[in-house]
Amino acid sequence: MGVGDPIGMAVAHAQASGMGGMRSAGDLVARVQLAKKLRLVEAKKYVADKIKVSVNELSDPVIMSEVRADLGFGIMMPLGGTPKGLECKFNMARVLDLEINCLKRFKRMAGL
Amino acid sequence: MTTINTRMGDGSPLAMSEDELRRDIDDGISQAVENASVAPLNKEEIEYLVELFKRPDRIVGVEPGKEIVLTYDAATLKIKRHALFEDRVNALAMYERLLGADTLELCHIDYSYKTLKPIVSYEQATLEQALSVTHSPMFYGAMPNLGLYTQPDGPFPNPMELLPMGRIAEGRAAYDSMVDAAVEDICFISEIMWESGADGINFDTVGASGDPDFKASLLAAEKLKAKYPDIAIEMGMAGEFVLGMHGEMWHEGVRLAGLYPLDQLKLAEKAGVTIFGPVVNTNANESVPWNLARTIAIIKPCGERATIPIHANMGMGVGAVPVTDYPPVDVVSRASKAMVELCRLDGL
Repeated sequence: MGVGDPIGMAVAHAQASGMGGMRSAGDLVARVQLAKKLRLVEAKKYVADKIKVSVNELSDPVIMSEVRADLGFGIMMPLGGTPKGLECKFNMARVLDLEINCLKRFKRMAGL
Repeated sequence: MTTINTRMGDGSPLAMSEDELRRDIDDGISQAVENASVAPLNKEEIEYLVELFKRPDRIVGVEPGKEIVLTYDAATLKIKRHALFEDRVNALAMYERLLGADTLELCHIDYSYKTLKPIVSYEQATLEQALSVTHSPMFYGAMPNLGLYTQPDGPFPNPMELLPMGRIAEGRAAYDSMVDAAVEDICFISEIMWESGADGINFDTVGASGDPDFKASLLAAEKLKAKYPDIAIEMGMAGEFVLGMHGEMWHEGVRLAGLYPLDQLKLAEKAGVTIFGPVVNTNANESVPWNLARTIAIIKPCGERATIPIHANMGMGVGAVPVTDYPPVDVVSRASKAMVELCRLDGL
């Protein structure tokens, strides 16, 4: 999607047909599409099975915010003392059984 | 008689009768069949579109459970376009945590692989910082943009000057050299960004310079996949068919000039591309219903036959979205819903 005016484009598409990114599980499904070349239905099922929710619940911001907080995946309004950024990516890689490219670099640079 | 309020392809308001709406939808489909040799939409799909445009709602959306994921080409560039001088790392965090973006894309204001070479170490450091403070998968993106490779800006003679003089062989030879140089530049940048941790590389606006542009992108994808089997590449097209600027450029036994989305997809799949972004250009002189019917007829075969995710391009001026900087939500949401529900898309 080419985002021109964000209200007319990005927000309009997000409201009409988008999963909602970190509001729900849009970022997780996108991650699976990228890592495994899975089409949407298969990618959604993969994520739903791994985090133990139904496919429809993946797009629900109330349910998914709780699930994300429990799993340490990062939420839209992160509180102090909760996982953020790379810490969340480590949790995603473990729970979703995915390789996340920047974590390989992080481990290499940190000598882990 | 019901008046249907919709818009022209330039975004201006348009009132139609139901008969006029049906005529526009039928004509849009006929144009798709004629131009792209696709099957026409069936009766149910046509009725779906008629009902969609008859709805008085300002904004519409897909049924729960049918939501897709969104990719954002040149995301950080769009912040600058609004004269918001936000640091790019922060801009990406805003996309993620204010706009709910499913994916992110870091890019430079000069959005072409060739121009990134002298500044790649700065781009690399920015990407590494951005990856550490965001959560959503992040692309690094730019355009192949073969237009930058001709004299006086680039090293090669300009085929657009040679071809009108009848110097066909020289023009084609220049295109061949441009392809080689572009492949080298695309791979140089992509390898560095992948090594720095990007979740994917976006080849954006592929084919903008015609068949040599598409050829360079396919070759770059093959070369990158051979070196990094896990690398994710999104290939977003520039237009609905590949312009034959060279005319005799082939790949995998297929002539690239004139290819429409389904045949473009097949070559992208063979090259190892992860996500394919087909395009149908919006005709500003026709209505949005005309454009949407035509777009769906052309894109639907991609969604039905793809083995990789399809993220159709639905930015300004493509995918039945009007050619205006300020697309109205009434038509964008209708186009969004119909494309997702009728084309079996995986994303936009």
